[in-house]
Amino acid sequence: MKINSPLEVYQYLPQTNCKECGEPTCMAFASHLIDRSIKLEDCKPILEDAYKEKYQELNELMAPEIAEVTIGVGEHVVTVGGDDVMYRHQLTFFNPPAFALDVWDTMSQSDLIERVTYIRDFKKFYVGRFLTLDMIAIRSVSGDPDTFKQAVTLVMEHTQLPLVLCSLDPAVLQAGLEVAAEKKPLLYAATKDNWQGVYDLAIEYNVPVVLFAPDDLDTLKSLAVTFLENGYKDLILDPGTNPQGRSLRDSFENFLMIRRAGIKEGQNDVAFPLMAVPMTAYMTNDDPVSASYWETVLCGVFTVRYGDIMILHSIEPYALLPEMHIRDTVYTDPRTPVKVDSRVYKVGSPDKDSPVFVTTNFALTFYTVESDLASNEINCHLLAVDTDGLGVEAAVAGGQLNGKNIADDFKKGNFDFSNKTNHNTVIIPGLAARLQGDLEDNSGLNVMVGPPDSGRIPGWMEKNWPVEG
Amino acid sequence: MTKKITLSKLNDLLKDMEVEALEGVTIEGDIELEMDAIGGLNPQLAYLLGQETAQIAGHLINISQLLGYPVDQLLGKPLIDDSKRVAQPKELIPSTFKVNKMEEWTNEIQEVTLGASSSDGGTRKSIITLGGENALPYYFDSPMPHRNHITMDVFDMPIGMAKAVKSNYEDVMDSPAEWAKKNVKEFGADMVTIHLISTDPNIKDTSAKEAAETVADVLQAVDVPIVIGGSGNPEKDPEVLEKAAEIAQGERVLLASASLNLDYERIAAAAKQYGHVVLSWTQLEINAQKELNRKLMKQCNVNREDIIMDPTTAALGYGLDYAYTNMERIRLAGLIGDDELNFPMSSGTTNAWGARESWMINSPLKEDSDWGPREYRGPIWEIITGLTLALAGNDLFMMMHPASVAVLKEITKSLHGSHARNPVDISNWITTKVL
Ligand code: B12
Ligand code: SF4
Repeated sequence: MKINSPLEVYQYLPQTNCKECGEPTCMAFASHLIDRSIKLEDCKPILEDAYKEKYQELNELMAPEIAEVTIGVGEHVVTVGGDDVMYRHQLTFFNPPAFALDVWDTMSQSDLIERVTYIRDFKKFYVGRFLTLDMIAIRSVSGDPDTFKQAVTLVMEHTQLPLVLCSLDPAVLQAGLEVAAEKKPLLYAATKDNWQGVYDLAIEYNVPVVLFAPDDLDTLKSLAVTFLENGYKDLILDPGTNPQGRSLRDSFENFLMIRRAGIKEGQNDVAFPLMAVPMTAYMTNDDPVSASYWETVLCGVFTVRYGDIMILHSIEPYALLPEMHIRDTVYTDPRTPVKVDSRVYKVGSPDKDSPVFVTTNFALTFYTVESDLASNEINCHLLAVDTDGLGVEAAVAGGQLNGKNIADDFKKGNFDFSNKTNHNTVIIPGLAARLQGDLEDNSGLNVMVGPPDSGRIPGWMEKNWPVEG
Repeated sequence: MTKKITLSKLNDLLKDMEVEALEGVTIEGDIELEMDAIGGLNPQLAYLLGQETAQIAGHLINISQLLGYPVDQLLGKPLIDDSKRVAQPKELIPSTFKVNKMEEWTNEIQEVTLGASSSDGGTRKSIITLGGENALPYYFDSPMPHRNHITMDVFDMPIGMAKAVKSNYEDVMDSPAEWAKKNVKEFGADMVTIHLISTDPNIKDTSAKEAAETVADVLQAVDVPIVIGGSGNPEKDPEVLEKAAEIAQGERVLLASASLNLDYERIAAAAKQYGHVVLSWTQLEINAQKELNRKLMKQCNVNREDIIMDPTTAALGYGLDYAYTNMERIRLAGLIGDDELNFPMSSGTTNAWGARESWMINSPLKEDSDWGPREYRGPIWEIITGLTLALAGNDLFMMMHPASVAVLKEITKSLHGSHARNPVDISNWITTKVL
């Protein structure tokens, strides 16, 4: 972003405070534009002809430092790049790195279908949503255009996920494009040797392209400048991912240097998303577990430091789970804890004998507890206290979870114990044990202390529920 | 070159072409068009059509627009910037890539040494130095003089731990000395941490004196520097750590920890008196970390070279985002000149074993894909937790699983540049044959 204060943005807005965007004033809208929590297009008036110039100017000024590149079409479209800062605490990072899992054109049909289906369907629940994989990278190992084309066709029959077509031979890439072009795949890759052919394909089929110059930033930049000068800007840069030793360090440095040049120094001709290829781990490790571990490690390194799209091989859950989690870790917005609505939730179909539990509205806490209850088929009510998105211990330590606000949040949720239960009892987390007396005083309820970990609730219930009384 | 063409003819001309963008545009009547320069035509289309038809199409588009047909939307945004469009590029445009070093990073991270050899009044054979860098870890701005180090846990009593971890220690659980030896000899630990957890009044309430004997045994058993940890009980720890510090006199151990919720003055005093280093521990709060460091320096007169910080480690998926950013902010603040924050950092990486993903047999959720074997999930959870913090600036890792230690060591050494291995030709990784 070439602009960094709401005041500057304000100059370009209609300044009528018409509220159409849902903000009270144009100035408020401007400050949301700066933190990128709203889109310029949400201001309908500025899209009118009268403001055309201002709109265009502002749009340009507000463009993220690192270009955004879109791959695929429709529901599964993937956008990469778009960052404005070097460190996540300075704003937040945008567009988590896209994970492309590989298949190759020498696989048997049945293996290929099985692998694609697995990748397509892999998911892990985390704070209210599923973490999933984004793309399929199809590698031409055969080197034969027809074989490649068949593989691409077969993949497309089994998934809508966007594709990366991988070959250094333009004829092979073209064969893939002939069947996949309308899905806007990513071309991998243009190099110093084949770039003219790949350039032609990119233009002809209107698809984004990766420029690949291992260990040679001058050449990488030359490729970028050449494509740009010839009017082509849907680019992703791959400076090479060396899997080990000192050359791995060199690769790491290359990522840092390119990103610093793009964000800190505004060097537009390298301000593109970066591709890392952790799968090079398989070029040095023979044993599959070591290779998978090492690939996961490389994925971690380049997720933290500036990789925007990655090609991965291992489909072992012990690789995919940490990879998806580290990506979520780095790309979650540090400005706002992930919260759920504060209210009384029903788990299963509770009746008057069912227990009533208390937890917080920190999404991680809430979903952990809720899934523990649901998967153990415990019918109950569960109050998510508004703790500003803090977990149990932090909220007890900081005072956001206390007897009074638990009682208040039950009231706000219109939860009347005398008519919703016949036991007048509430169960608090073990880690909030010290609130027991306080809550009794504030609510007049019978307060029980549950186990410290919600995973132990079933065992605890066996001993303590139904409540004696 | 002006040509004349009628619209009906134009329809015929375009009929056999794949011009999706023009699908549905029907044109009636027999207006005569003047074909001249391309003017305003989307060059992408020009390319697709070939020059002559492109000209025609250009006009067709103009007319369609006049008729109110939304051609622009159909065509999408032009990929090629008209003004830049030149003939088929033939040569790469030569370029040189350059980027500046960080001028802002003027402040060095304090160097801190752990362990003392006989010439310095101790008995350690290996000495470890942390800190000394002027940049984020592994950055090219300035060399990182010391690599990351790993200290492996030893407990003064058998404790519950994840199955994957426990299987490595079953034979030594009853003897902290043997346990420490195994860590160093078999698992390549740079250091060992003896956790005196049995001293907690709620556990065994082992006396400080007895605990100190355990420390002596560990010092006897290994010749690497050690960390001494209390039980975490704020009332008991000062006393336990004082006694331990006394028995380890001169060895430059790391005393873990001084924190704001206990009598940190006593711990600082013990470190000063017996020649040790203090671990300054706060909970994910940069200002609290500043405050405690300041108190240690100003109020307790601890020397700068005797302080290491532990800003708290939360596990991958369970708050690592906070831990990571907290460390990165602390390190950046230190580098640009905050003398209350430019100390080496230590991480309780073992916290990763608290994450369900590292120890549960299966996902508790039916909807999840299979989580696979947990023996492999746990160690990698510990590795990624540590690695992420290594990138944020953490120097010392307290760890548990031998495989995690080996891998974290290899990756941090590689990034540090101190792990030579043969380069691999990655230029054709695409054709890698893997199973
Ligand atoms: C991440 C974190 C933070 C984050 C908070 C993130 C958030 N959104 O909550 C930040 C950085 C903001 C933070 C701040 C603080 N923190 Co903090 N923080 C942690 C950390 C590392 C992880 C907490 C976490 O997310 N756990 C995971 C969630 C899912 O756990 P949970 O909410 O407790 O839920 C579990 C159980 O409670 C139980 N459960 C939940 N609900 C229910 C319901 C029922 C009925 C039952 C039976 C069970 C149950 O099951 C759940 C799953 O296991 C812990 C240390 C650690 N590793 O545990 C310290 C910790 C919680 N923090 C601590 C402290 C002291 C603080 C601060 C006061 C520090 C400070 N000086 O500022 C502040 C307080 C801020 C405030 N309240 O204003 C202390 C608390 C000590 C104590 N026991 O009093 C801890 C334990 C660290 C420590 N060892 O000292 N913290
Ligand atoms: S819609 Fe536009 S003009 Fe109206 S208040 Fe919002 S920013 Fe201002």
